[in-house]
Amino acid sequence: MSEPALLTQLQQKFGDKIAGSNLENIDPWIEITPAGIVEVCQHLRQEPSLAMDYLNSITAVDYLHTDEKKAARANWQPHLEVVYHLSSMRHKHSLVLKVHLPRWQDDQVGQLPPLPSVSHIWSTANWHEREVYDLLGIQFTGHPDLRRILCPEDWIGHPLRKDYQMPQEYHGIRAK
Amino acid sequence: MSTTIDDPRVIEFDVRTDEMLVNMGPQHPSTHGVLRLVLRTDGEVVSEVTPHIGYLHRCAEKIGENLTPRQWIPYTDRMDYLAGMNMNLGWSLTVEKLLQYEPPEKGRHLRVIITELGRIASHLVGMGAYGLDLGSFSPFLYAFREREKILDLFEEVCGARLTYSYLTVGGATADLPAGWLQKCAKFLDQFEPIIAEYHTLLTSNAIFIKRTAGIGVMSPAMAIDYGTSGPVLRGSGVDHDLRRDGEEIYTSMYEGYAFEVIVEKDGHYPRDHQYPTVPQEAVLGDCWHRFYVRMLEVMQSIDLVRQGIEHYRTATGSHGQPLKLNQKLPPGEVYLETEAPRGQMGFYLVSDGGTIPWRARARSSCFCNLAVTGPLCAGCLIADVPAVVGSLDIVMGEIDR
Repeated sequence: MSEPALLTQLQQKFGDKIAGSNLENIDPWIEITPAGIVEVCQHLRQEPSLAMDYLNSITAVDYLHTDEKKAARANWQPHLEVVYHLSSMRHKHSLVLKVHLPRWQDDQVGQLPPLPSVSHIWSTANWHEREVYDLLGIQFTGHPDLRRILCPEDWIGHPLRKDYQMPQEYHGIRAK
Repeated sequence: MSTTIDDPRVIEFDVRTDEMLVNMGPQHPSTHGVLRLVLRTDGEVVSEVTPHIGYLHRCAEKIGENLTPRQWIPYTDRMDYLAGMNMNLGWSLTVEKLLQYEPPEKGRHLRVIITELGRIASHLVGMGAYGLDLGSFSPFLYAFREREKILDLFEEVCGARLTYSYLTVGGATADLPAGWLQKCAKFLDQFEPIIAEYHTLLTSNAIFIKRTAGIGVMSPAMAIDYGTSGPVLRGSGVDHDLRRDGEEIYTSMYEGYAFEVIVEKDGHYPRDHQYPTVPQEAVLGDCWHRFYVRMLEVMQSIDLVRQGIEHYRTATGSHGQPLKLNQKLPPGEVYLETEAPRGQMGFYLVSDGGTIPWRARARSSCFCNLAVTGPLCAGCLIADVPAVVGSLDIVMGEIDR
């Protein structure tokens, strides 16, 4: 199924849970609202004509300029984007989904933004969501075992955020 | 304490049969690097395996946000350090996808030759180390003897034996040296008959079959659900290989090459060469099949390198022009997966129009393949845990990045 046709189909079925799209990009993407992500993913996996049974990757991107001059020129507000790369073993096609999240919940620094987990739809998501939580600080709600995976359990901060500061020391080891 | 027992039935209550937590690693020789597995065991039976990773985390993605794409190539070498060439290719193609650049004909065939040789070298380590996991030392030495010759060929091409940074954005850093193709063809002729030795040593060895057949059986549905890829996925009978099914920018590299995806279809594997028969004890999706797919892929890669040499000899154009270091990238984002020896290695690149990527992400194939250890090992014996983990052929450098 072509991307525009898929987008129309999803818009008819899910209405305003489809928040936007970019079909001009090399890999076209469809944006979903945080509240709709589980429902849309379930549909994409179960609908026989789509059969997105393979989750390639979940990752996230932090959009924040730490430089004020650059921030003033940017055409976006600071936010986080979670990116899902899906494909189908049966039909050999793929799809990119995105979810926009605030960098902090309710603008309170330290409050990680929540997003429903899709680990019950694809088992791959379990470790990938743990990695995104670890490195970018997104609280996946409903995840069975949301622990850090690459950093030590007592690590502070989320290293792939653009404003991350490397700690001065870690258990007496000088880090800087 | 009295040594006599009044009631013989009491002794049953003296035997402690509690569950026990056993640490395997992080310095265990059969965990392929620094992997820690926590086993919950009851006697010899394992009820739960929890992998702990991250011991080799080197912040590769954060570094990628601070370097230009060509400067990040050496870091991709160090992810899967047993298949550096294939990792270079994955990242190079991702950047080329964003630039919408197509390397010249000669560069394309050069890439096929180099990456398929890389696949052979990587599978040789996988095979040798798997023998080591199961307690046989000789295959490891046999495998390294042949791998050494491939490393010699690579050294002649780029000067390095492990971290090559040879294939790069735009093509390759240099053309193949004079006389190299003859040496490569000679190596293949000498190497091909040796594969029968490997099959005698491991594939059809009765002890090896006892240790691997019917152990760690993974259904095709589970393999797909957990996002496994490469020989682990094909070992479960899923007919999927990115060299045939991937995106066009990658599959076009193999245009004009004849090869069959190594997978059991209609009850048999490809019959283009003489392979040992599948033993009766083996079940599709077990450790033996994963190993077998890997061994057959060595033969497949030999065929591909031979075809590549033929194509390269008649190809026009150059080996490609490496991208300028300060070249600005067009804004946009791309994701591309390639078939690395261990599975589908994906790179995700977000560009805001500068010379440095806004985000560089590596989707590790072993990361997904390792995630399946827990469910695969539940219910098996302690001695089978290294057999299952070894059959996944993981490299921790790629998992931890």
